[in-house]
This record gives sequence, C-alpha cells and structure tokens, in this order.
Amino acid sequence: MRISISHTISYAYAEPARHITQILRLTPRDHDGQHVMAWRIEPTIDGRLQAGQDAYGNIIHRFSADGPITEMAIQVNGLIETVDLAGVVRGAVERVPPDVFRRDTMMTMPGSELRSFVGAATSGADTPLGKMHALMEALHETMTCVPADQRTGIGAAAAFEARAGIAQDLAHVFMAGARHLGLPARYVSGYVAHAAALPQAAGAHAWAEIYLENYGWIGFDCANGLCPIDTHVRVAIGLDYGDAAPVRGARKGGQGENLAVRVTATEAGARASNQ
Amino acid sequence: MAAFDEMTGSGAELRPAYEALDRWLKDAPPDMLALRRSQAELFFRRIGITFAVYGDEESTERLIPFDIIPRVLTKPEWTRLEQGLRQRVTALNMFLADVYGPKECLKAGIIPPDLVYRNACYQLEMVDFQVPHGIYCHIAGIDIVRVDADTFYVLEDNARTPSGVSYMMENREVMLRLFPELFAMHRVAPVDNYPDQLLATLRSVAPRTSAADPTICLLTPGQYNSAFYEHSFLADKLGVELVEGSDLLVRDDVVYMRTTQGPKRVDVIYRRIDDDFIDPLVFRSDSVLGVPGLIGAYKAGNVTLANAVGTGVADDKAVYSYMPEIVRFFTGEEPILKNVPTFRCREPEANAYVLDNLDKLVVKEVNGSGGYGMLVGPHANKAQIEAFRRKLIAHPDGFIAQPTLALSTCPTFVASGVAPRHVDLRPYVLSGANGISCVPGGLTRVALQEGSLVVNSSQGGGTKDTWILDA
Repeated sequence: MRISISHTISYAYAEPARHITQILRLTPRDHDGQHVMAWRIEPTIDGRLQAGQDAYGNIIHRFSADGPITEMAIQVNGLIETVDLAGVVRGAVERVPPDVFRRDTMMTMPGSELRSFVGAATSGADTPLGKMHALMEALHETMTCVPADQRTGIGAAAAFEARAGIAQDLAHVFMAGARHLGLPARYVSGYVAHAAALPQAAGAHAWAEIYLENYGWIGFDCANGLCPIDTHVRVAIGLDYGDAAPVRGARKGGQGENLAVRVTATEAGARASNQ
Repeated sequence: MAAFDEMTGSGAELRPAYEALDRWLKDAPPDMLALRRSQAELFFRRIGITFAVYGDEESTERLIPFDIIPRVLTKPEWTRLEQGLRQRVTALNMFLADVYGPKECLKAGIIPPDLVYRNACYQLEMVDFQVPHGIYCHIAGIDIVRVDADTFYVLEDNARTPSGVSYMMENREVMLRLFPELFAMHRVAPVDNYPDQLLATLRSVAPRTSAADPTICLLTPGQYNSAFYEHSFLADKLGVELVEGSDLLVRDDVVYMRTTQGPKRVDVIYRRIDDDFIDPLVFRSDSVLGVPGLIGAYKAGNVTLANAVGTGVADDKAVYSYMPEIVRFFTGEEPILKNVPTFRCREPEANAYVLDNLDKLVVKEVNGSGGYGMLVGPHANKAQIEAFRRKLIAHPDGFIAQPTLALSTCPTFVASGVAPRHVDLRPYVLSGANGISCVPGGLTRVALQEGSLVVNSSQGGGTKDTWILDA
C-alpha cells in the first residue's frame, strides 16, 4: 500500500517561550515491510534542525529555537510504500539485543490483576507465538481503545484496571503481559492508514513487538486485534512510550501551552496501478 | 561471634596502631572526652554540616553523630588496601568500557548477559559511545569492611555519585582543632589535598577540544538534596561554580553556564544528579533538575560528565557478586580485596538456601542503596523475616543475600564510656587521564548501638576520623 502521511504538531503559548528544544522521532526507516519514498520535516519557525540516531537506531531530529515564540508547529509530510508481512519485522536496523526488552519500566509494570489475567488468557496456548496471539485477542476483547480525552490512567496497571486506554496504553498492557511471561517486548510508535479491516481510526498509532525465537520480532496491535499489515507504518521503537515518543521537548518560559495535533494517513492515489 | 577489634585484636593484645592512642585514652579523664565531644558537636552545628534523612518527617535535617576517637590504620595496612582499591577501580572502569563497547566479558561468559541488559542502570545511550579519555568512574567510594588483621572485604562499589567525602575532610578539621596533642603524638597522613586531587582529576578528563584551562562546575539537584551541604562544600574547596540545572543551557551541543558576564562555556561537569534526572529529553521527562540537551552535548564530545552516565551497572549488587571474576578477567591478577560471599537469589538453589536461613543472612535489594530495602536476619523479628520471605518468593531476581560478617570494631566513646563498636570504611578513589589517586583513609562509619552492624547514617550510624599513620 502506498500511504501518504501528514502530521502537524502545533504549539501556542500564552506567554512567549524564550527557548525551545525538542527531540523528534517522526521519521520512519526502511525495512522489508516498508520503503520510504519521500519524507520531510519542517518547523514553521527558524531554528536548528539536526538529524541523528538514538540508541535504538531510530532516526531523530533535534530541534532548537530561540524566542520569543508565541506559536510554532512541526510539519511532517511523507509518502511510504508498505507490504503486508503479517507483522514480521525483517531487515530493520537492530542495535539493541532482545534481552534488553525484558526490562520492566514504570509504564509496563503489571499489577497482580493483570498478571493473573495473562496467566489465564495464555494457559491454553503451548507455544510463545500462540500465547501472544491468545493474549492479544483476550486484551482486544477485554479492553476498550478510547480517544485521548477519555484516558483514565497512564501505565499498564492503571489502564488494565480501567479496562480502557488509548492505543499507547494497550501497547503497554500487552508488553507488560509479554514481559511477565519472560518475552522481550518493545513499544512501536507509528501511523496506521484507514482500512476496512481496522476498527480503530486512522492516524498516529502505537502497538507492540515481541521477540520470538525462530521468528524474530513480530508486531501485535491490541487496539485493532491483529498483527500489523500493510496499513501500519513503523516509525520508532523503545522500551516504552518515553523512548519512542514522537516529540520530547523542554522550554524556557512559554507558560500556558496549547498543543494541537493533526494527523492524516491515507492510501495514496495509486490503487489502480497496484491492482 | 567475637569480632576483631582494631585496637585489641581478639581482646588480649594491644595492636601497634593504637599504642599511643591507648596510653592517651587511659590518661584522659572521662569529663574531658565528654567536653570535647560537645565541642565537636558545636563545631559541626556552626558550620552547618547536616544531612536529610528520607522518610524522617520530624526533622528534615540533622547532624550525623561524630565519634571523637579516631580509627587508626598503619601504613602497611593502608598500602595493601590501596593496592586493592586501585585494582578494583581499574577493573570497574574496564568493565564499564567493555559492556558499553566490545562486550568481551559477556562473550567470554564472565557474567550472564541479561544481568547487564536487563539492568535499568545499563544506559543504552552509552552503547558504542566513546567517553572522554575512556574513563567512566572518575570518583568511586568503595565500601570496605574488615574481619581480621589481614582481611578486607568490599561490601559495595559505589560507582555513581558517592557521597560522604566532605565528612572525611570536616572530621579531620575538627580533630585537628580539638586534639592537637594527639596529632603531635602521631604522624597522620593528611587528607586536605583531596580537593586538589579531585580538581586535577576533573581537569585531566576535559574534552580534548576544550581550552587549556577547562571550565568545571558542580551540578547539584539543589538545596533539598540530602547531600547539598557536601555539594556546596566541594564546589567551594574546588574553587568551581555550584550550579543547578537551570543555571546551565545547551546551544548547538555546547553547554554554557549563565554568569553575570554572560554565558560561559563549560567543559567538565562534576554532576551529583542521578542519570535518571540529568536530561529530561532523554531520561525522565518529568525531571526539572536536569539540563535539556545535555546528553546531546555529551555525545557530541563537547562536555565531560563525571561520573559518566551509566556507571550504575557496575555497582549493582547482582553484578557485584561477579566482581572477583571481573577483576581477574580485566586485570589478569588475583583480586587483592575479597568479595563478601554472595547468594544470588535469581539462582533457584541459592534462593532455596536463603529462604531456609533468613535468620542468619543479610538480604539486600539489587539496585537499592542506603539500607532501606535490607534485612539483617540476626537482628530482625519474625514479622520482618516473613515480609522478606514473601518478597524473595515473588521477586527472586531482585535480591542477593550475604552471611553476616563480623565487622571489625574500634574503640568508640559512647554513653557508658569507651566501648567497641562496629565500623566500615569508604575510601574515595579518583580516576583520571592523570592516573588513579586515593587520599589515605576515607570515611569511617560506625554503628553506634552496641552490637549493631548497620553503619548507614540514615539508620543511626555515626562517623569517625580515619588515620593512616605515616611511619
């Protein structure tokens, strides 16, 4: 699928910011499942934009600008070609050994309730792959994926207790379960294009990848209840949301921040030629 | 279990280090000792050397009790100890360079890879990054305990931001004022050159691109930190600026310090902020103590952080249990300092033994410090033991256990007079491009309650001046 992505992150400040510095993880890399055809990141104000990589091999841009800044935006536009590999991640840059992703983080600490849920949900499966499919299906059934304004708690334990969360929370819950079973689990931040097969709305999205012996990394999208297909665009990975967040920033001044995010991810008009 | 006493050995002899002190103590009227003690306390109050105890709501700051009877070690004892410390710190730095670089010790099976990889202190940002001059742990505070005339054990390798050195210096200062006659009777190796050595160490590790006269600052979490007194004390002694995160800014991967003359470039930061809080763009995003962009500047090679980021993986208690192998692997030598025999609860057989012997063992949380998450079996009640039993069954990976050591005792002035109390020792070892240095002695901590083995200041321990006799 050829997917066109437009992502705008806008900031307005009641009091002008004197300085802004950000780390952006908004640029996908190529692997067997996706090929980046065009990608552009443009801040709407003057500043320094510098590309690099982080510890995971994610492409980062460090952006900094001096004020006074009352309004600014980061605009991302890209075109990417994807193929359906049933969630299998091949040919990606891997800089971190899978064992690292067995660490618990604050976001992925399971409560006792989640631990027993994981045990019950996966007891019928006899392979790690089977267990992960069972866990994904059980969580997809049990938890509701809600819009950001209905989010009740951050972190795996809180989200599971509420049986609801945004896609990010569902990914954390699934990762907590997988790590509880001793499997390496990582967070994926990305985009998902609209498709009939997907119950969740298109746009910015998050899911998890699990490392399985003999398979490597495989994606599991609890919010949609399936392994990623050609609608999914992988952008950044990490131990949890904090490592893969699209934007991490700090500023001097700039009280009264107003943040607005607009994302569209749609199939580009090349459908006819693909079929 | 009769402990080794550093003055009287097994009780009958008088060991050479204490000959003069023993005579002096015998002649000293008890009133005089009590008077000097109150003078010492007054002195500490006046200079304001206090520390905060976490979890103590009644008083946020209090004095660490100071014992006026010095702890004395002979030159030969120290020489051997110092050799062991140098060897240990050399191995720690080589270990860190290896786990963040070629990982030879993991490939050789010296230590299980998941102990490193799963360790939250193993900072992925540091992988394949060349730290300036190849040194990670510039300031180490190695906790040492003694069990007999010849045997010293390392209890903990503090490789992150060890504190307490200000007490080492202030204790000496107080003793010099209160007991000049004792210093006339002994040739005590000085400790007041520690700031010079620390400054030389910090200067030596400045980025190669920095000016000939590098700018150094000391980064503190601020006045609410338990060691803030020490931070301001050291900055003053070093003659460098004491800064908080908000005093520093990063522009184009260069760190600047705000001064009245405008921004001034910083080359070396002696940071007393933990990794997690040092840069909100990379580590905890809720940190208001750190400097946004600092890690970017660090990785661009424009600033040196002392200690380096990620040294915590070397002083983790589970990794500690492998230190003898780590010392042999990296130095090719037998370890001079012993490791306390350690049961790794992550190994089922070891955990079974620990669970059967909780009343005899000390159980410690890995990645914990300060004696908060700790069980001292012989001194614990049934409820405490059962609480730890549950923790050990639920999270065996989170704990190690060690036999209770008969820590050496030293004569200490307590309510009932002069009596033996258990002690440990934290020497401070500095590593720079100029080599390794270690001022003679360190901080002696003493468990003031009779029979107690817990010397932590947060748990009612005190301190003593530590004398290395230069003769």
